[in-house]
Amino acid sequence: MLTAPNIPHNTDEPQPAHQFDDVVQQRGAEVLGMWLFLVTEVMFFGGMFTAYVVYRWESPAAFAAGSRLLDEVQGTINTGVLLTSSLTMALAVMAAHQRNPKRLAWLLGLTMALGTVFLAIKFNEYHHKYVEHHVPIRGMFHWDGPDADRVQLFYGLYFAMTGVHAAHMIIGIGLMSILLALVLRGRLKPGSNAVEILGLYWHFVDIVWIFLFPLLYLIDRHV
Amino acid sequence: MSDHGPSLWLYLIIYVILMALVGATVAAAFVNLGPFNILTAMVIASVKAVLVVLYFMHVRYEKGLAWLIALGSTVWLALLIVITLGDYLTRGWS
Repeated sequence: MLTAPNIPHNTDEPQPAHQFDDVVQQRGAEVLGMWLFLVTEVMFFGGMFTAYVVYRWESPAAFAAGSRLLDEVQGTINTGVLLTSSLTMALAVMAAHQRNPKRLAWLLGLTMALGTVFLAIKFNEYHHKYVEHHVPIRGMFHWDGPDADRVQLFYGLYFAMTGVHAAHMIIGIGLMSILLALVLRGRLKPGSNAVEILGLYWHFVDIVWIFLFPLLYLIDRHV
Repeated sequence: MSDHGPSLWLYLIIYVILMALVGATVAAAFVNLGPFNILTAMVIASVKAVLVVLYFMHVRYEKGLAWLIALGSTVWLALLIVITLGDYLTRGWS
């Protein structure tokens, strides 16, 4: 069994885990790991985006009709909220690098709050869709107009894509709460890259919404 | 260039640009650009995504491997969409 050489070190500096040569290599491996996961996430969401592209190409009018009945005001507000949460997350990563746990805690809390606002608005929108009989479930969906099956498909994609996105946000907020608890108890090791790694995940979730918003909410709005 | 990433000012500038682009997306959606509406929306969204990747996700400050992965995922997604469309667009019956 290999053992690490006994290198004398300043105990104030963060030490790499035993399998790494130094902290730079460790951070590189951690960042790479999250990026590889995000690549799988790109393909995961990508499948639904591809379905959207195909069916919008086939039924543009039906998709436009469905899109028009989404609330672009709430969608725009949510886009702003999520972008702001990305800013606060990036600033939280900066606070972690600067070893400022108080600022880190505030910024993590703020990011979580903004994420929760996004979800509240989202579920409000879902409720509206339910009341208007646009939930794409047999027996619950009702549409007066042509191509009802394709409009139902649009709403199916809407709920699936924003729903999976919302699930990702819930997971992100959950992970943030764990990190926040660690920070508040002083249990987050200085030099830990956890905030940065979580930040990568959160920014990815933001990027997915950056594309979801115009594709779902802004089809043929000029008509 | 800082080792850890952008300065506070740079983060704020990027944020303001991103919010302005959100406004631009919404405004452009209500203008009749014909077939260019969707292209405009996607170009603006791509610019926003690139800004988030480069600055918020620090890829601008990373070594080549991060760039490769970020670009690679884009390429792979493009393959998925383009080749799938290659099927649908050439069927001739639907």
